[in-house]
Amino acid sequence: MEDQRTHIISALVLHKPGVLQRIAGLFTRRGFNIDSITVGTSEHADIARITIIAKGDERVLEQITKQLNKLIDVIKVRDLDPESTVKRELCLIKVHAPSEQVRSEVVQYASIFRGRIIDVSPETLTIEITGASDKIDALIDMVRSFGIKEIARTGPTAISRGTKTI
Amino acid sequence: MKGGEAIIKSLTDEGVDVVFGYPGGVLLPLYDVIYDSDLRHILVRHEQCAAHAADGYARASGKVGVCIATSGPGATNLVTGIATAYMDSSSIVALTGQVVTPLIGKDAFQEVDTLGITIPITKHNFQPMTPQELPSVIKSAFYIAGTGRKGPVVVDLPKDVQELEMEFEDDIKIDLPGYKPTTKGHPLQIKRAAELIVNSSKPVILAGGGIIASNSFSELFRLSETIVAPVTTTLLGKGSFPEDHPLSLGMLGMHGRKTANLIVDDCDCLIAVGCRFSDRTTGNVAEFARKAKIIHIDIDPAEIGKNVDVDVPIVGDAKIILENLVEEIKRIKRGERTKEWLNYVKNFKKSWIPRMSFDDVPLKPQQVIKEIWETLSEDTIVTTDVGQNQMWMAHYYTSKRPRKFISSGGLGTMGFGFPAAMGAKVAKPEEDVVAVCGDGGFLMVSQDLATVREYDIPVVICILDNRYLGMVAQWQRLFYDERLSHTHLGDVPDFVKLAESYKVNAERVEKPGQLRETLSDALKSGEPTLIDIIIDAEEILPMVPPGRGLTEMVGEYKVENENMGEDRTYNKQSQGKVGD
Ligand SMILES: Cc1ncc(C[n+]2csc(CCOP(=O)(O)OP(=O)(O)O)c2C)c(N)n1
Ligand SMILES: [Mg+2]
Repeated sequence: MEDQRTHIISALVLHKPGVLQRIAGLFTRRGFNIDSITVGTSEHADIARITIIAKGDERVLEQITKQLNKLIDVIKVRDLDPESTVKRELCLIKVHAPSEQVRSEVVQYASIFRGRIIDVSPETLTIEITGASDKIDALIDMVRSFGIKEIARTGPTAISRGTKTI
Repeated sequence: MKGGEAIIKSLTDEGVDVVFGYPGGVLLPLYDVIYDSDLRHILVRHEQCAAHAADGYARASGKVGVCIATSGPGATNLVTGIATAYMDSSSIVALTGQVVTPLIGKDAFQEVDTLGITIPITKHNFQPMTPQELPSVIKSAFYIAGTGRKGPVVVDLPKDVQELEMEFEDDIKIDLPGYKPTTKGHPLQIKRAAELIVNSSKPVILAGGGIIASNSFSELFRLSETIVAPVTTTLLGKGSFPEDHPLSLGMLGMHGRKTANLIVDDCDCLIAVGCRFSDRTTGNVAEFARKAKIIHIDIDPAEIGKNVDVDVPIVGDAKIILENLVEEIKRIKRGERTKEWLNYVKNFKKSWIPRMSFDDVPLKPQQVIKEIWETLSEDTIVTTDVGQNQMWMAHYYTSKRPRKFISSGGLGTMGFGFPAAMGAKVAKPEEDVVAVCGDGGFLMVSQDLATVREYDIPVVICILDNRYLGMVAQWQRLFYDERLSHTHLGDVPDFVKLAESYKVNAERVEKPGQLRETLSDALKSGEPTLIDIIIDAEEILPMVPPGRGLTEMVGEYKVENENMGEDRTYNKQSQGKVGD
């Protein structure tokens, strides 16, 4: 396989019922493998922004963008240049932390990674962290030994640096 | 007015003069409006036929065809027809009924997720939830279906939306920010293409259905004559170039003409217009036109580079691009292209003229096709079904004009031919329309003999009656040790009696020479007619086995002049079975 690069595809789509189904269906049918897809509102109330992270060679990526563009409800599609793109993911980690000692270690790790504790119970701590996906992976690795009860990751969302828009 | 009235007004405003449909519970409000509207409604006998008829109407006329079906089973019965239109980029709008909006998602009686089911087989689909949206939704549906790369659009109509009152405004806006088909080709790419063509010595044009969809028959003709390039076509491209022209090579591909397959293999510049390089056209892509630089002109950017790597892509409307390309070529033209290529092609063609005349009984299919084209004029619209009947026609029938050869290419839908002919005849009542069908495929839709009778739609159905699922049997004969598993159809029905039970005229043809007269009488009669033609079930169509290059044809390629075809040097392939 030539040049299997990770791509960040950003798309503006009409905020309408069924749009996600159209997009998800397209990926399944054409056999495109995607790592993650995030959807949320954009600067316009009736337009949503979708961020797709997918690995593939140029040919596959070209097909993905072209096929997406063919959908009537898709307004714009860009394969963002990773060099000039900021990409962030949000992750919530619920860690098993029944003792004082574990708690303080978890709090320390969280702060090293600029995470925050957003929920506490006698048995658990929940960390919130945003950042690049590899940073999140690293924090998860650090707290894994305490016992992870649950992880919720959003998948990355992304935007171009500077004044550029898609 | 009521939603239902708004629907019919919208259709009329779009210029719709006929719809093919079948009612049901959730469509009662709409049908109540149809009852005293001027819109012509043709009641088919199976929804699949409504979709194929709308498709045939669209392909014959270039207008958008319309079909209607009720919710649930009505909608699912349309699915085959919608998918057929999708694969062949045919403009139809399918209106489906849906349960009342409060019941959607509750598994109500005859509820099915029509939108979900049809997403992958439509260009787009809509479900207006209020009657107010109807005019703009229907306008958008027609706009999407009939522009850019054409295709089917579904509009799913909840029953209450048809019933509720609404205000039909004069000025209907459509807002499709994500839909802007490209029309003009990129000037730089056109320049590059022109350079390539001018500098090539063995150019070939491959014309697809896009030529017909964009009405660029004369532009293609001009290009071919300007650059002296022979033209081959895909199945859907048949009729985009006159096949009796010295520069015509006939159809390319799995069941293509030997001349076309060999010359494409040999060419140094392939100009592909409005085609998508399907596996049936290219054979093994790794071996497809290896010596050629490829120029690909298509309106759909996603087709560029999808199946075949191209050297010069040009996205846009073929009509505009071909015009610009010819201008550019004329501007830069240096000297005359050598006559060599033209002469070579002409001579080469002579050695591979397929043999069509046989006096055998049962009739050879080649002889049948010969009698069909001898009888028909270039204006006759022929439709085909799917299987050997289709490929006999595609290979041997000489098509000269666009929109006169209508066939299900991409989906290969058995049962397409007859209802498509019905739609074509409704679109073009002044033209003769002949459906060439297999016995298997025709039986999938034979109930619509009732429709052509009731509405006096005088199509002529020629059944190539071999009592086999011939095409599948052919593969079994060639590749599965002649183990004819479940492809024999047996003795019933008697097609003549079947037709007569619908009061449709019917004749049986068994001997050479008989078909000409029978067919011409049938066309003159102005009555729907079925002709049951008993043919030899064992005749094999020459073919390129799947996965092989286009030059590797198997099955005996019978030619008019047996000794002429042997002086080819690079055609080393044996004509035996695969595997040897
Ligand atoms: C709806 C559908 N079912 C099955 C097939 C697979 N198929 C392709 S050709 C063929 C045989 C067609 O038989 P017939 O209609 O008698 O035509 P013939 O090949 O004998 O001319 C079959 C079963 C198909 N194309 N479409
Ligand atoms: Mg048959």
